[in-house]
Amino acid sequence: MNYFELFDFPVSFDLDTGELSRRYRLLQQQFHPDRFASSGERDKLNALQKTSQINDGFQTLKMPLSRAEHLLGLRGVELAHEQRTLRDPEFLMKQMELREALETIETPEAVLDMDVQLQAEIKTLMDVLHREITANEDESAADTVRKLKFMHKLRDELERIEDSLMDSW
Amino acid sequence: MAYSEKVIDHYENPRNVGAFDKNDPSIATGMVGAPACGDVMKLQLKIGENGVIEDAKFKTYGCGSAIASSSLITEWVKGKTLDEAASIKNTDIAQELALPPVKIHCSILAEDAIKAAIEDYKKKHA
Repeated sequence: MNYFELFDFPVSFDLDTGELSRRYRLLQQQFHPDRFASSGERDKLNALQKTSQINDGFQTLKMPLSRAEHLLGLRGVELAHEQRTLRDPEFLMKQMELREALETIETPEAVLDMDVQLQAEIKTLMDVLHREITANEDESAADTVRKLKFMHKLRDELERIEDSLMDSW
Repeated sequence: MAYSEKVIDHYENPRNVGAFDKNDPSIATGMVGAPACGDVMKLQLKIGENGVIEDAKFKTYGCGSAIASSSLITEWVKGKTLDEAASIKNTDIAQELALPPVKIHCSILAEDAIKAAIEDYKKKHA
């Protein structure tokens, strides 16, 4: 399934997410189950399937990381369910340090500082990813996607810490 | 998802948590990560002059299965030669801990950590 095609976009990492939302709403209306209430079972099923594709496609294209994964998948680089291991000692050492830093966070200010740091690192990696995808350096791009997954995991952890801090205040 | 008793045991009482000085020539360090879940594992082996693993330590950030897998291999590798340690398979780890299919990647991570550590040692002594 090519989600770019589904939303009538060119296959590109650059995507106007405002326009994506607009097309998403239009497609949703077009295939809304209510419109097929009096149709045959087959049409109903088709519409339902289409709606589910539209939802999956929207979720996938909305976020740059999943969009990149989908795009690389279309180019034959399957990342979604891979179980391979990343062996980049320098990057992983940095991940360990960031995880250790996360453990010491006890104030909302520290959460903010860490958030700024993580956002900056994510931005840097996103820029690298953009360049690699544009230059068709698919293998390097795949590694950058893997690194970004670690960064997102850190951000999720940070959110969890933030929530628990809020609770205890 | 329910963890097996062995996973819970290793998770609650992890063996050999800690670190050695990675610049020490007798220490091998393996760093690996699983992009799918963001787990990061550091395994360190202390290798004697006879090439036998005398001690092992680990530090893992990840789920219970990842922690249990790394804790288990620190016990398994002790007393083994590098070649013996390199032959530990992820399936052995998964079987011992009764890992469910969705957690198999944790055992793959542990196997790869051993391999990465051995590579590090060979690089140091090349």
